[in-house]
Amino acid sequence: MDSISQPLIRINNLCKTYPTRSGDTVALDKVNLDIGDGEFIALVGPSGCGKTTLLKILAGLEGGFSGEARLGNVAITKPSLEVGVVFQEPTLLPWRTILENIMLPVELVRMDTKTYTKRALELMEMIGLKGFENKYPRELSGGMRQRAGICRALVRDPKVLLMDEPFGALDAMTREFLNAELQRIWMRAGKTVVFVTHSIPEAVFLADRVVVMSPRPGRISEIVPIGLPRERKLGDLAHAGDELARIRGHFADSSMID
Amino acid sequence: MYRDNSKLLQAALVVLVFFIVTGGWEFYVWVSETPAFVLPAPSVVGKQLFSLLGNAMFWDNFWVTMYEVLMGYVLGILIAVVLGVLISQIRLLDLSLMPYIVAFQTIPSVALAPIFLQWFGYGLASKIVMAALIAFFPMLVNVIAGLQASGRDEVQMLKAFGASRLQILLKVRVPNSLPYVFAGLGLGVVFALVGAIVAEFVGAQKGLGKMILQFNEQFNIAGMFAILIVLAAIGMTMHSIVGMAKRRVVFWAGDH
Repeated sequence: MDSISQPLIRINNLCKTYPTRSGDTVALDKVNLDIGDGEFIALVGPSGCGKTTLLKILAGLEGGFSGEARLGNVAITKPSLEVGVVFQEPTLLPWRTILENIMLPVELVRMDTKTYTKRALELMEMIGLKGFENKYPRELSGGMRQRAGICRALVRDPKVLLMDEPFGALDAMTREFLNAELQRIWMRAGKTVVFVTHSIPEAVFLADRVVVMSPRPGRISEIVPIGLPRERKLGDLAHAGDELARIRGHFADSSMID
Repeated sequence: MYRDNSKLLQAALVVLVFFIVTGGWEFYVWVSETPAFVLPAPSVVGKQLFSLLGNAMFWDNFWVTMYEVLMGYVLGILIAVVLGVLISQIRLLDLSLMPYIVAFQTIPSVALAPIFLQWFGYGLASKIVMAALIAFFPMLVNVIAGLQASGRDEVQMLKAFGASRLQILLKVRVPNSLPYVFAGLGLGVVFALVGAIVAEFVGAQKGLGKMILQFNEQFNIAGMFAILIVLAAIGMTMHSIVGMAKRRVVFWAGDH
């Protein structure tokens, strides 16, 4: 997306400081970012660059910041129905079946169970979980569980999907496969996605724009647009050499990557 | 199959040990001609147990003790659950009460039995209170630990989807606490039995503990052993009922 006429998310001069024993740590320092409706944004950067803090603020889970983050016309101060979150760990509840886990967000705000069960089942079919409705999380592989986590984030049909290193704990094969799946879901569902990752290739493969962050204090150092046409294939990364190199350039000191 | 075989093997070993120990015991008593008021032979204990089981007086005492244990257990557990939930949810209570609870726990509770006798008399009440008190502590500690055990990740996930405090408690903290709760229930049921028997020792009109004392005065050591076997059977039965309930309710947690 080259120009953003009407950004869905506006991040304005956002600053966040954590008090620690050895003085204050600046997690975010004057962060400005506009995210368009339907855009796929990847946040990359080493540990301590504030990308998870930024995601938590967007999720309404973190207060005590200065500046502003707006979703549509509303300043974000608490979790919103328009936002679905996917965590690094699937955090499925082991005493609930997969379908019950996916329906949890619906249940919490007492939305219509019938309508949303139908939607949950459709999502499960789209993401390849059909037939697992009544299984328990321990009966599924890590990749399957994370897919259930994605369904759970999508079940209320939110505008925004926030993903915090969702595939970080998976093996490389499953990860590549789920990246392709995620792209497909995003293209079909038309959600705005903010995706935090450690992996530069993953960011370039998925995102319209890669936001590169640097630590201490957490800042945006560059925003790299990725010009690759959709639907992207893994092999397309070979055509994104410039972008990959530009992003990697920020991490020349390899000790910053963990 | 392996599992079944190992279970079978274990059963065989348990039976084998039983016969070796009772056989050796029987043989020793027979050879050494030890009088029954010092150490009765297993066969004598068995006979005594058998005759007790056909005796209405025994059952009268049995049900008295069972009543004390179950009432005390339920009472102790209920108070522990209510207090545990309050302490884990209200920080002020946690801060102000926990030091007292920790301190109180270091008192050997059985030492309170004579005081309870003074306060609640020779009847059932003093036994129920004793059983309740001993069952109370492990349950309280487990309820608090269980309710505080919920992973930060799970709580954060619920918050992200807009859960209220009550929803977080009911949908994550309570289910997450159940393995701990069952650990407390399993300990409590055995402890309640100890409490009731100790309280009967200190002063009672009826009950299995009272029977042990009476047999002791009559030098009926075989009778005492027979009651001990009954007590072990009660403890194991109640403990395995709790275990069965646990496997059914907390089906997602592994065995431990």
